Amino acid sequence: MADHSWRVKFMGLILFIVAGIVAWVAAIEPNRNTCPNQGDHKMNPTFKRIARAVAGALLALGLAAPVAAQDDPFHVGFVYVGPVGDYGWTWTHDQGRQAVEEAYGDKVHTTYVESVPEGADAERVMTQMILNGADMIFTTSFGYMDATNNVAARFPDVVFEHATGYRRDHPNVATYSARFYEGRAVMGHIAGHMTESNIVGYIASHPIPEVIRGINAAYLHAAQVNPDVEFRIVWVYTWFDPAVEADAAQALVDAGADVVLQHTDSTAPMTVLAEAGAYGFGQASDMLQFAPAPRISAILDQWSAYYVRRVGEAMEGTWEQADTWDGISAGMVGIGKMTDAIPPEVRASAMALLDSIASGEYHPFTGPINTQDGQVWLTAGETPEDGPLAGMEFYVEGIDAEIPN
Amino acid sequence: MIDPVTLIVALIGASTPILLAAIGELVVEKSGVLNLGVEGMMIIGAICGFMTAVNIGFSWSGFVAGAAGGAILSVVFAFLTQFLLSNQVATGLALTLFGLGLAALLGEAYSGISPPLTPDLFPQTLQEGSAISSIIFGHDPVIYLSLGLVAAVWYVLQHTRAGLILRAVGENHDAAHALGYRVVRIRCLAIIFGGACAGLGGAYLSLVRVPSWTEGMTAGAGWIALAIVVFASWRPWRALLGAYLFGGIAALQLRLQASDITVPVVLLDMSPYIVTIVVLVLMSSNRVRATLNAPAALGKVFHASG
Repeated sequence: MADHSWRVKFMGLILFIVAGIVAWVAAIEPNRNTCPNQGDHKMNPTFKRIARAVAGALLALGLAAPVAAQDDPFHVGFVYVGPVGDYGWTWTHDQGRQAVEEAYGDKVHTTYVESVPEGADAERVMTQMILNGADMIFTTSFGYMDATNNVAARFPDVVFEHATGYRRDHPNVATYSARFYEGRAVMGHIAGHMTESNIVGYIASHPIPEVIRGINAAYLHAAQVNPDVEFRIVWVYTWFDPAVEADAAQALVDAGADVVLQHTDSTAPMTVLAEAGAYGFGQASDMLQFAPAPRISAILDQWSAYYVRRVGEAMEGTWEQADTWDGISAGMVGIGKMTDAIPPEVRASAMALLDSIASGEYHPFTGPINTQDGQVWLTAGETPEDGPLAGMEFYVEGIDAEIPN
Repeated sequence: MIDPVTLIVALIGASTPILLAAIGELVVEKSGVLNLGVEGMMIIGAICGFMTAVNIGFSWSGFVAGAAGGAILSVVFAFLTQFLLSNQVATGLALTLFGLGLAALLGEAYSGISPPLTPDLFPQTLQEGSAISSIIFGHDPVIYLSLGLVAAVWYVLQHTRAGLILRAVGENHDAAHALGYRVVRIRCLAIIFGGACAGLGGAYLSLVRVPSWTEGMTAGAGWIALAIVVFASWRPWRALLGAYLFGGIAALQLRLQASDITVPVVLLDMSPYIVTIVVLVLMSSNRVRATLNAPAALGKVFHASG
C-alpha cells in the first residue's frame, strides 16, 4: 500500500506553491494602482486569469486527493499524538496500522494524522476524517478522551477505539490499553540491580494514572531487590520534545542517577545516557540502535494483534463496545531483548519475574503495599481490582516526591 | 544538591539554539521585516546539518550545511515578500509549515542515527583546572561563535555605517529609498542572514544538544526565539540575556526536580514563562522607550513608487 505520509507532505508542498501564487496575484493589484506610469508593472488581464486558474487548479488538486481515496474499502482513520517517526509511542501505533493494511490488503484503506494536539483540535481532525469517509477511528492518546466521546455522539454509525481512556459514553466507543505496569515491574527489577549510585532517574510526562502506576510498579520492584534505591522523578509535561527530554536526562545524570527510565516518546534521553555511561530502557519501541548500552532492555507496545482483530470485527459487523486491558500474557506488552550489559543472573531473575507475570501466577501489585503516607493499601497477598488500579493517583510508600496536580 | 557548574554548562547549551535564531531574527526585524518562519528555518537547518554531518562524517560540515539550508529557505521568504510583496505574517507562517513538512520528508531515513561528535574547542587539560575554567573553556566552537555573533551584531548595528543604513531601512524605508539606499537588496541580505542563523541554531539542536534527528524536534524553539527578540527590545546583548535567562530557568527547574529538594512541580514548570512575562512587563513599563526601540517600518510592505 502507498505510504500516506508522503501524500500529506506533498499536499503541504502544493499548498505552499498555491500560497505563493495567490500572494503574487494579490501583489499585482496595488502595483497597478500606485504606479500607473510604469509599464512593466502592468499586468495583462489574460495572464492574470491564467495565474488564477493555475492557483485554482492546484487548490483543486490538493482537495481532490483525499476525495479520490474514498472508495469501497473499509476506511480506518488513526489520530496520533506525535510524529510517526518518533520511534516511540506513535511509531508503535503506526506499526499496528500497517499490520491492519497487511492483514486485509485492498479491503481496508487506512489514513492517519500525526502530531494532533490533545483537545478541541482533535475533534476537528476526527470530524474531517469522518467527512472523508472513515468508518472506524483509533484515537491513540489519553488526552483525546473527551473529543472522542463528543464526536462519537454526533456520528453513531462510526466506531471509535480510544487508547488508555476510561470514558465510553456511547455504544460506539470502545477503550483499550495495555498493562504497561507489568513491563515497568521488570524494568524496575533490572534497574534496582544495575544501579550503583542507588539513584534511579525517571523522566515522567503528564501526572495521569498511567504514568503514576508505571512509577509505582518500577519502584516497588527496584526496592524489592535493592532496599537502598531512591527514585528521582522529573515531570516534563510533554509526550514528545526531544530537547526537553535530553535536558531532563542530563539533569538526572547530574543529580547522580546512573539508570534512567523514561515515559516520554523520543530517543533523545538515550543519546545523553550513552555519553554519560548510564543505562536506560527503550520506551514503546525497541530502540535497538542504542543496544547493548545504554539501552539494556525495553518495554514494548504491541498493538498489531488487537488492531487487526478489532478492524476485522468492525468489517464483519460483529464489533462490540469493550474495555480491553491486556498485558504481557496477551502479547500487548513485551520486553525487549536484554543485552549482555546486564549480568546473567539478573537476566535470569528478570526472565523469571516476566514468566510469572505472563502466566498470571504473580501480580506486580501484590500486598503488603502501603500508600506514600503510610496507610495500608493492600494487605499481605492481596491484589487490587482493575478499577482502583486504573485510577491510581498516589505514590506507594518509599517514593520521596510529590505528585503534581 | 545542585552543582552550579553543571547547571551553567547545561544552561549555555540549552540556550544556544534559541540565541542563534534570536540574534538572526533581530537583524531581520531591525531591517523592518517580520519573518515568522524561524521555526521552519530552524528545523530545515537541523535536518540539513544532520544529513550532511552523517554523510560526510564531520560535524563542522553539518553546521555549514545547516546555515546554508536555513538561508536557502529564507530566500523563498525574501523572494515572496520583497519581490512579490506578499504579506509578511502569512508568508512567515507558511514558511514554518512548509519547513516542518519538508524536514520530515527529508529526514525519513535519518531517525535513530547518531551524528559525529562535536569536539570541544579547548583541550581537556585546560577545562579541568577549576570550576571557572570548565565554565569558560568547556564548550564546543558553536557556543563561542554564538557569543561572537552577538558582539558582532551589536557592533555593526551600533557603530558602523552599514548598521546605520540597516536601521534606517527598518525605521523608514521610503526615506532610506529617497536617500538612494537599495531597500529591497538590504532587506534580502538581512533575511538571508537571519535564515542562516536560524539554520545554524537548528543544526546545533540536532548535532549537539539532542543529538539525533527526530521529526518535529524544534518543538517551538523558533517561537521562543521570536519572543526573545521582543523581550530584548531589539538589542543584541539583551537577546543574549533573554536567551540565557529562559534556558537557565528551564535547566534549573529540571535540576530542582531531579534533586532531593521538594518544590511544587507545577510552579517550576511554568517558571520560565512566568519570568519571561514579568521581565517583559517590567521592560515595557516605560512605554515611550519601548515604542522607540521597535523598528518603525516593521512588517510594512515596501514598494519603490512615487
